[in-house]
Amino acid sequence: MQMQATSDYLLQAVTQAIEHKRPLYIRGGGSKDFYGNSQAATSQHTILNTTNWQGIVDYEPSELVVTARAGTSLADLEKLLHEQGQMLAFEPPYFSTATTLGGCVAAGLSGPRRAYAGAVRDYVLGVQLLDGQGSILSFGGQVMKNVAGYDVSRLMVGAMGTLGVLLEVSLKVLPRPETERTLCIQTSQPDAIHFMRRCSAEPLPVSATCFLDGRLYIRVSGPESAVRTAHSRLGGDIIADGADFWESIRDHTYSFFQQGKSAEQSLWRLSIQPTAPSLSLPGKQLIEWGGALRWLLTDKDTDATIIRQQAANAGGHATLFYGDKTTVSAFHPLSPALLKIHQRLKQQFDPLGIFNPQRLYPEIQPCKPI
Amino acid sequence: MKRKQLIAAFLQFLPEEAVLYETEELRPYECDALSAYRQLPMLVVLPRTEAEIIKILQICHAEQVPVVARGSGTGLSGGAQPHAEGVLLSLAKLNRILEIDPLACTARVQPGVRNLAISEAAAPYGMYYAPDPSSQIACSIGGNVAENSGGVHCLKYGLTVHNILRLRVLTIEGELLEIGSEAFDSPGFDLLALMTGSEGMLGIITEITVKLLPKPETVQLVMAVFNEISLAGEAVANVIQAGIIPAGMEMMDKLTIHAVEDFVHAGYDLEGAAILLCESDGMAEEVASEIEQIQAILRASGAIRIRVARDEAERQLFWAGRKAAFPAAGRVSPDYYCMDGTIPRKHLARVLEQIEQLSEKYNLRCMNVFHAGDGNLHPLILYDATQPGELEKAEAFGARILEICIEFGGSVTGEHGVGIEKLNQMCLQFNDAERNLFHAVKAAFDPQALLNPGKAIPELHRCAEFGAMHVHQGTEKFPDIPRF
Ligand SMILES: Cc1cc2nc3c(=O)[nH]c(=O)nc-3n(C[C@H](O)[C@H](O)[C@H](O)COP(=O)(O)OP(=O)(O)OC[C@H]3O[C@@H](n4cnc5c(N)ncnc54)[C@H](O)[C@@H]3O)c2cc1C
Ligand SMILES: Cc1cc2nc3c(=O)[nH]c(=O)nc-3n(C[C@H](O)[C@H](O)[C@H](O)COP(=O)(O)OP(=O)(O)OC[C@H]3O[C@@H](n4cnc5c(N)ncnc54)[C@H](O)[C@@H]3O)c2cc1C
Repeated sequence: MQMQATSDYLLQAVTQAIEHKRPLYIRGGGSKDFYGNSQAATSQHTILNTTNWQGIVDYEPSELVVTARAGTSLADLEKLLHEQGQMLAFEPPYFSTATTLGGCVAAGLSGPRRAYAGAVRDYVLGVQLLDGQGSILSFGGQVMKNVAGYDVSRLMVGAMGTLGVLLEVSLKVLPRPETERTLCIQTSQPDAIHFMRRCSAEPLPVSATCFLDGRLYIRVSGPESAVRTAHSRLGGDIIADGADFWESIRDHTYSFFQQGKSAEQSLWRLSIQPTAPSLSLPGKQLIEWGGALRWLLTDKDTDATIIRQQAANAGGHATLFYGDKTTVSAFHPLSPALLKIHQRLKQQFDPLGIFNPQRLYPEIQPCKPI
Repeated sequence: MKRKQLIAAFLQFLPEEAVLYETEELRPYECDALSAYRQLPMLVVLPRTEAEIIKILQICHAEQVPVVARGSGTGLSGGAQPHAEGVLLSLAKLNRILEIDPLACTARVQPGVRNLAISEAAAPYGMYYAPDPSSQIACSIGGNVAENSGGVHCLKYGLTVHNILRLRVLTIEGELLEIGSEAFDSPGFDLLALMTGSEGMLGIITEITVKLLPKPETVQLVMAVFNEISLAGEAVANVIQAGIIPAGMEMMDKLTIHAVEDFVHAGYDLEGAAILLCESDGMAEEVASEIEQIQAILRASGAIRIRVARDEAERQLFWAGRKAAFPAAGRVSPDYYCMDGTIPRKHLARVLEQIEQLSEKYNLRCMNVFHAGDGNLHPLILYDATQPGELEKAEAFGARILEICIEFGGSVTGEHGVGIEKLNQMCLQFNDAERNLFHAVKAAFDPQALLNPGKAIPELHRCAEFGAMHVHQGTEKFPDIPRF
């Protein structure tokens, strides 16, 4: 009965938004309110709160698939998986305990295991969504292999809610490794990058890497015996609080990330070719994902164009994570050809432009938001 | 006429041998590996560079001529079937491996490169490309992307979509889209996922950066024999429930075992009702402990015999049987029709039971071979095209199998694509609004629907007609009368 009321609420909110051509801001737990472009709240804005649309729809451990409503708390979901010895292999960031599954998928962010186990998009098998015309649509499904129709499910990942409201998501899950050990090696940044690449090019059970302040952290996961052998090959000292360390990197509670939230500093996320040599940019860097993710903590007034240029030269892009987004767009600009495709897709999914108008790229908006 | 003008326009920048228009030259292109359906194209072009493809597309776009891309033509759903008034664009000559970067673990390749050639080129660096369709000696990587192909290794290492980083794609207007990058993610919508499995409907793929993986240190294979196919199915679930993701987990039924054993002499047990092949790879310690566990689980699940491959040669031999299942079907029957549906694994036994009943109903034998780990079935329906009505019966049988897959919550295609073959079943798997959205996605890339028209996504009117015949699903009148 309560779920009925919630689904009525979601459907009604979207129908009314369509009727009045008024934007709707999809909100899960609000843990990522900082993420992406935003605009000042006004009374005109309608918040579509998804947190009551929760619950596990189906979970079958031997099928390696879980289906849950988008408002389900990520913590509840992971607790359930944990009880069955399983996990979300992309190690989603929480940023706060309020995080929902829908927000996790819509934001498309993955944690430390990403370079070794894949991203959130790699684990999405199917979605049910509410589009900009008020239709409920299902794509993909609960099976591992499915190539019927275009992969609309994965298209929702990282779309920041601009293509529709996620109602249900089916995810592939994986068994949790038997043991994990975190090793620490003192080294320089160029050597650390090279070391990380060697780790990826060799058959070792590495599941996370991170370099900061002259220290390279490597996590190895798997059966006890394999972890022991990997340690003897890699060297380094075992650190005692490994699990806490990776959680603080994942959720940005580590001091480096906290500084990024201060008024004088900005935090940039540079996703680049992993073999790119050290980037010379003003500020401090923290490197993850075998070299493919470089976080840059820098002064507020550091020129965004220079940062974006360097990221592009290194085969990737730069996102302004924490910082002043009134003058700088959070996301890296798209090429004109790609922007055109984005505009056309947005037009097809949400012709009236009701969903999260500013959040991703304001330029993709089919009509001016009110 | 249009055809003559086009030929003249293409010959402005293509050498003579790259434009084919005589009937006998066109003949080899009239079908892909779904050879029951054939169609000659208006003409075939064989460009060698991306620049040439751009010109071809610009001309076709200006003249409103349909374009069908073709890799190696090993597709099993008619995806590369030519268009009578269209140009068939063969990517076969774009077959160079442009770069291998062992530290970045990537290879940059042209679309016509064969799947296996990538692993061969990466081997000196101790690396390989994981997705391994059985057709890997022949199929092109461009075709793999277009079909999101999978293989034995995909249970553990993922499908094509999980193993590519970047694409260069040309729109029908000849505009270049750089999708994805050498980094692990890209801003904006995940067009890389959208393009993968899009069956040549959204753009022409001209370059691909794939991920390479380090070759595992050790590989070991267990072969288990079961007296009942349902027990083998449960064994699969038990292995996964125990927290093991094998590098491959494949199953064959009795008819298949006999057919392949006659053919490759793999040393399969002819007594059992099903054989399960279960592979483990990784560090020596990992593999040793996994193989121990797997054997214990299979035994507890009712395996009557278990054999661990003695050495690499025996491991290869055990696999050779599985990999020869399709050709073996060709030896025991003049024709066979390969289906490709996916189901949640737990329904395996019930689905196989229904297939068995259908086999009796249609009086056609059916070999069952499948990627058991991911619930991807490949029933091979054996028939004889020279017998009047057998092809139609095989088609009806196959269609019914796909409907069963949908009824059990699965999909009408796991890896071979929709092409022209499964258009009707798409009407059952997706409703009008969902199919409309697919058309809308297509329109975002190709508003005039010039790329591979008529494939992959059925038009609404087609579904209306199809639906009318299926008012009472499964109990329709005269099920044995051909419908097309
Ligand atoms: C009063 C107020 C006004 C605001 N005005 C604006 C504004 O004008 N423009 C603007 O861009 N932002 C605006 N925001 C911010 C925006 O509403 C929230 O930041 C965001 O929508 C909430 O997501 P989240 O981070 O809580 O969800 P998370 O759970 O952290 O989700 C992160 C992302 O996922 C999306 N998401 C969450 N659940 C779903 C779902 N089920 N389906 C699809 N997408 C989902 C979110 O929209 C967001 O893009 C406003 C916020 C407030 C409080
Ligand atoms: C014996 C046999 C075994 C097989 N086993 C498997 C298997 O285990 N797993 C599996 O997944 N498949 C399998 N297949 C099917 C087939 O090999 C795959 O679908 C393969 O990916 C097709 O590649 P191709 O180069 O032959 O493509 P084609 O058949 O030439 O084309 C397939 C589709 O891709 C499009 N296309 C091709 N190249 C491009 C391009 N560059 N840009 C845009 N669109 C393009 C075509 O238009 C068409 O729609 C098997 C086939 C055979 C004959």
